[in-house]
Amino acid sequence: MADELESPAGALIAPTSASSTDRFGVLSRSTLLRHTLAALVGFGVLWLLITSFSDYRNSSWIAPIAFTVCAAAGLTVLVGLSGQISLGHGAFMLVGAYTLALVQEHWTTSHGNLAMIGLLAAAAAGAALFGALVGVAAARLRGPYLAGATLALALGLPTLPSYEKLSGKLGGNAGLFVSSPNPPNGMDLYRWQSVICCASAVVVLWVLANVSRSRVGRSFRAVRDDEIAASLCGLSVPRVQVLAFVLSAAGAGVAGGLLAMIDLTAGPQAFPLSLSFGLLAAVVFGGLGSLAGAIYGSILITLLPLWSQDITDALSVHSHKVSSNMPLMVYGIVLTVAMLAVPNGIQGLLRSLRLTLAPGRRR
Amino acid sequence: MFRFLNLTLNGLTNGMIYAAVALALVMIWRATRIVNFAQGGMLMFTTFIAWDLAQVHHANYWVALVVAVVAGILIGGVAERVLVRPVENGPPLNAVIVTLGLLIFLQALAGMIWGNSQAHSYPPAFRFIGYKVGDRTLRFSPNDLFIVLSVLVVVIALYVLFQRTSLGLQMRATAFNPEVAGLLGVRVGRLLTLGWALAAGLGALVGVLVAGTSSGYVTPVGPFDALLIYGFTAAVIGGLDSPGGAVVGGVVLGLILSYADSYISNFIQTMYALVVLIAVLMIRPKGIFSRTSERRV
Amino acid sequence: MLTVEDVVTTYGAVRALDGVSMTVEPSTITAVLGANGAGKTTLLRTVNGLVRPRAGRISYEGRDLLRTHVDEVVRMGIAHVPEGRGVITELTVDENLRLGALWRRNRTELQQSLAEMYELFPPLAERRNKPADTLSGGERQMLAIARALMSRPRLLLLDEPSLGLAPRITAQIMGTLRRLRDEQSLTVVLVEQNARSALSVSDQAIVLNLGRVVVSGPAVELAADEKLRHAYLGF
Ligand SMILES: Nc1ncnc2c1ncn2[C@@H]1O[C@H](COP(=O)(O)OP(=O)(O)OP(=O)(O)O)[C@@H](O)[C@H]1O
Ligand SMILES: [Mg+2]
Repeated sequence: MADELESPAGALIAPTSASSTDRFGVLSRSTLLRHTLAALVGFGVLWLLITSFSDYRNSSWIAPIAFTVCAAAGLTVLVGLSGQISLGHGAFMLVGAYTLALVQEHWTTSHGNLAMIGLLAAAAAGAALFGALVGVAAARLRGPYLAGATLALALGLPTLPSYEKLSGKLGGNAGLFVSSPNPPNGMDLYRWQSVICCASAVVVLWVLANVSRSRVGRSFRAVRDDEIAASLCGLSVPRVQVLAFVLSAAGAGVAGGLLAMIDLTAGPQAFPLSLSFGLLAAVVFGGLGSLAGAIYGSILITLLPLWSQDITDALSVHSHKVSSNMPLMVYGIVLTVAMLAVPNGIQGLLRSLRLTLAPGRRR
Repeated sequence: MFRFLNLTLNGLTNGMIYAAVALALVMIWRATRIVNFAQGGMLMFTTFIAWDLAQVHHANYWVALVVAVVAGILIGGVAERVLVRPVENGPPLNAVIVTLGLLIFLQALAGMIWGNSQAHSYPPAFRFIGYKVGDRTLRFSPNDLFIVLSVLVVVIALYVLFQRTSLGLQMRATAFNPEVAGLLGVRVGRLLTLGWALAAGLGALVGVLVAGTSSGYVTPVGPFDALLIYGFTAAVIGGLDSPGGAVVGGVVLGLILSYADSYISNFIQTMYALVVLIAVLMIRPKGIFSRTSERRV
Repeated sequence: MLTVEDVVTTYGAVRALDGVSMTVEPSTITAVLGANGAGKTTLLRTVNGLVRPRAGRISYEGRDLLRTHVDEVVRMGIAHVPEGRGVITELTVDENLRLGALWRRNRTELQQSLAEMYELFPPLAERRNKPADTLSGGERQMLAIARALMSRPRLLLLDEPSLGLAPRITAQIMGTLRRLRDEQSLTVVLVEQNARSALSVSDQAIVLNLGRVVVSGPAVELAADEKLRHAYLGF
């Protein structure tokens, strides 16, 4: 599932190294099959993990990691593969959360699990639609202009529910109520939420991994590397860029929907600017464009707030001010240091390590 | 009518503030082709320093102001040298992420030192109470006049610096063509540092001015993030490249926000800025006042 | 005046200069000739301190240039007219000229130099307050040369001043160089593709090929050597 930041030329070179992977036969030839198998195995492992915890409190971090992965995976495709930036991905999560809440409020009667899938799909669709809108604008913007506009979006959108004309429908500052899913017999709610989150994350990763290995993914990279060359090759650059926004927003929408489902509300406070910053830190930390990196990054930014109390205690600084700001501090340092020292992130580091360990495969 | 006059005056005052932030962003953009997303964080931090001096240590208003500006200059210079220099010629994305990282770092640091829970008030330079016209009170106070005049003075001083002095000429040459400037003996690196330092010093001034308005207060996150967005929007209206455009953009945005605030709703200020920003970028992706049509990379 | 000894300059794996030596005498014009990619521009940039060589020595009036920062080099009286787009198009003609005399503090001297330049290049005087991007290619080249002269240099490094210019203008520029050499004892290192016109004003010449000096000697001798002309100079 680890998708490398390879150039289109890299894709052409790849078959020459097929001999080393030949023993996997059909698996190495069909990416779809490989990804599907990986997804099934991944979900199986997660299922075992979730059900093996005796107390849900020990596993309460699983669900947040899983939904963060959905958003971060989307963001890494956008930034790393298509070369567009979003400093405000939290805004798409917000749209996902509100879509889920609104759809649930107006259209669903059953609390069955099929409805749950439908609601998450709606969250993805709502965010994707919004992503298309933003993407159309974004396709005309470059670098810092796009960065500023998405930052403004992440800052502005959470104020919208307070707007007098909308606060009735959007629940104002308190947000909207979301009812909890029904766990099947013999499973508690928290575990069931974890299962839903993990399943969603696996599906999002599966989709994005296949897309980024497909022609669409190659067109993203082509546009990222050289817009003019890509358009000379017959690609419609704006269309490719909008598509990247749509995909990426859909991932974030699922994440927002899951967050609302866990919090049992969809409210503006759950989507502060620091959420968007955290997502960006996650994908930069993991290495831009790498789905595996999005997973490490999500683990980091989710566990950080849980650890920061321990870290400050260990440093014997018993201050709430320090511990509550520790995660933010780490995001800032990760972003800066990663760009200055390891621009390719963890995944890049691992790759160069692998190349030095197996010099035969160096290009 | 009186209400309209008040809104205009209020918009003008805020507009001058946005203009100053925009100007700081434009100075850095011209020098290094980087939008300094840390601007809001830098001026938040220096304002906290001034607040600490003025409110906790009971220092004089003007002493605190000067210390803030000096701190801003130092932070700006150091940031350019240490953080920005290595990414100056890299992909634009890297520079965006580095400045964002600095913003987040400063927010966290301020939170660790001064805490996030309280919104600290800041003393104004002059009276808050508006001037009187007959028996009615204008929404324009001596403090507002002070804000408008301070920004005007700084704008004029910067104009003189850039247009009339050799140092300013060198800074402009560096901004437009660092390679040729270097060849002529301009110390390009130093001037880039100086550009960042000056911009951050200007930002620090704005921070103290904003904090001292009737609605201003100091916290690590919140008002200063919005200020960054307003400044960015104003700068984009002006074309990012044009100091004059930035000032006009600031005033225009100040007026728009003031009217919209009163006639539509005052809950969604940042949304107005977003709408203006998107509208401007869609109509003229390079800003209303920009002359250069080509994209320089 | 200027001595370059065994200079090696590399860009990554490319050895742009591979052991170049040359001597430039005061108030002479030295032509540096050679095909595209021969290393001519690199030679000037190395002398000027814009790129640092891997090995070798460069000294100017007995001082080691390799330890000198670019702005110090300008102050020592070495001016460089870069190849191609050397003027800052966003600034006015006047501002471009002023940039040439940065280190000169004396205002009256500065005004005097400006007046001299406008006299030397009349088309510039008409456009003194226009942005330089309104100038034609030839006028830009004049501006670049005038700007270099603003620093009252004793050594002028010129990189392909004839690039894209009409022969008449090229001849005019060459004439100006000769006059400056004779009247103000200016020393010039002139990089040129147009070997014929360069040799016509030069005293000395060297020919570079793939980063090495293949021929050097008095300009008249090089111009007279038919075999050499065919092999390296193409006329
Ligand atoms: N910045 C650079 N990076 C890498 N290689 C370079 C760089 N500049 C020049 N080179 C290489 O160094 C060699 C010499 O280049 P140089 O510019 O000195 O040639 P030149 O003689 O001035 O050519 P021209 O007549 O075309 O201007 C060439 O092979 C060129 O490709
Ligand atoms: Mg050359």
